[in-house]
Amino acid sequence: MNASRRKFLDGLLGLFSLAGLAALAYPILRYITPIKKREDSTLSVVASKINVLTPNTGKLFKFGSKPGILIMTPEGKYRAFSAVCTHLGCIVQYSSKDQQIWCPCHNGWFDLNGHVVSGPPPRDLERYTVFIKGQDIIVKKEKA
Amino acid sequence: MMKEKMLNWVEERFDLSAIRHLTREKTVPVHRYTPFYYFGGLALFFFVVQIVTGILLMLYYKPTGENAYESIRTIMTQVRFGWLIRSIHVWGTNLMMLAVLLHTFAKYFLKAYRKPRELTWISGFFLLVLALGFSFTGHPLPWNEFAYFAAKIGTASIGSVPLVGPWLLEAIRGGQGVTGNTISRLFALHVVVLPLVTIGLVILHLLFVQIQGSSVPIKVKPVGEIPFFPNFFLRDLRVWMGALIVLVGLATFIPAELGKKAAQFASAPAGLKPDWYFLPMYQILKWIPSTILGISGELIGIGLISTGALLILVVPFLDVKASREEESTWFTVIGVFVLFVFMLAITIYAKLY
Repeated sequence: MNASRRKFLDGLLGLFSLAGLAALAYPILRYITPIKKREDSTLSVVASKINVLTPNTGKLFKFGSKPGILIMTPEGKYRAFSAVCTHLGCIVQYSSKDQQIWCPCHNGWFDLNGHVVSGPPPRDLERYTVFIKGQDIIVKKEKA
Repeated sequence: MMKEKMLNWVEERFDLSAIRHLTREKTVPVHRYTPFYYFGGLALFFFVVQIVTGILLMLYYKPTGENAYESIRTIMTQVRFGWLIRSIHVWGTNLMMLAVLLHTFAKYFLKAYRKPRELTWISGFFLLVLALGFSFTGHPLPWNEFAYFAAKIGTASIGSVPLVGPWLLEAIRGGQGVTGNTISRLFALHVVVLPLVTIGLVILHLLFVQIQGSSVPIKVKPVGEIPFFPNFFLRDLRVWMGALIVLVGLATFIPAELGKKAAQFASAPAGLKPDWYFLPMYQILKWIPSTILGISGELIGIGLISTGALLILVVPFLDVKASREEESTWFTVIGVFVLFVFMLAITIYAKLY
């Protein structure tokens, strides 16, 4: 009788100790978790003026809090993508020599449609819509 | 006379026999591998240098996105001897990693991990991981281009850990992306959390060595022994003097660079590579294709690296022959393969291409 009561109380004590630990850990874990900023609601942005890019060149632009890349293909068409490499998040650049988009961190390559050509990137680059309004080149994404 | 009185005063209150035992009776075996006993002390020496220079850097360093780079520039250009202190801290990292790795390989090849020293090996393994952690959390702090992308890539690989990865990624970055918040968090880890854990573990590691004494390699007959204090300690001191000369020499003639300030909207520069001790891991991440049999390449990379680490951790339990004081040639062969083929060859390849 006594032994089983002791066992029960020991178990209860263990349970309470665990609950106590959880009560300590919970606020700490919540504190460590960063505050969620409001979703980046930028849907379109002026990436550049016309006449800035020449065929077979590219430039980076700010798309809200993330970088984008605007490219003028050798044929003179504008293309825009997210400049964040899908592998480990480095920022890509346009290689005029190879006419492809290059991530120098782990040698990832994307073609002018944002598709992975070679290297470790697991997904294609997110592609944006480009249109020209007056002097501005406007880049638009479908949803935030 | 005075000294004796003071010692007596303390002795009446505290039992100092343990310390007296250490200074008078601890000995170190002498055999042809005795010089391999120096590497551990050498790593400890560099760790102390890192603590001292780290505290000095903290007097001027400001861990925020706006001020981090500028404060290091002030240290490098205006604070008297600031360039020297920071250069010693940077070179100290490299030399400490070298000493830690030499110590690890020396103990591995001499099979010092065998019974009864399994726990010494295990605590040493975690100290090696902590040393890498110091480099990982310290490198982004100057907030230059290299630092920024090092933080980005390093933390991104954490994100692919199953289950807790995404939360861990945000917890370390202080948000979705790498920003000034990331500096605050890495700084807290680098100067408080890691040092506390490391100092505790170093004490434990040394306590194990103290209790069990130095391991003598299998089938090696020591020709004698020398007192630890002062004989072996003076030899240690001689090695430390040499290390200090090399460290200060490197810091003076090849001072640390600062580079360009990190820009959140600039392409990653070409030729970006991590420090030499991370090169094997970097090269593996580069080689592994994006998916293998439907599993993401990153996950496989992390799996491979963790499996390797786990194998190193449990070496004392795998090598049963050594525990019986028999020569375990296979483990030597595997060690040679890992060191020369894997570590050295991949490091050189990654450095060149």
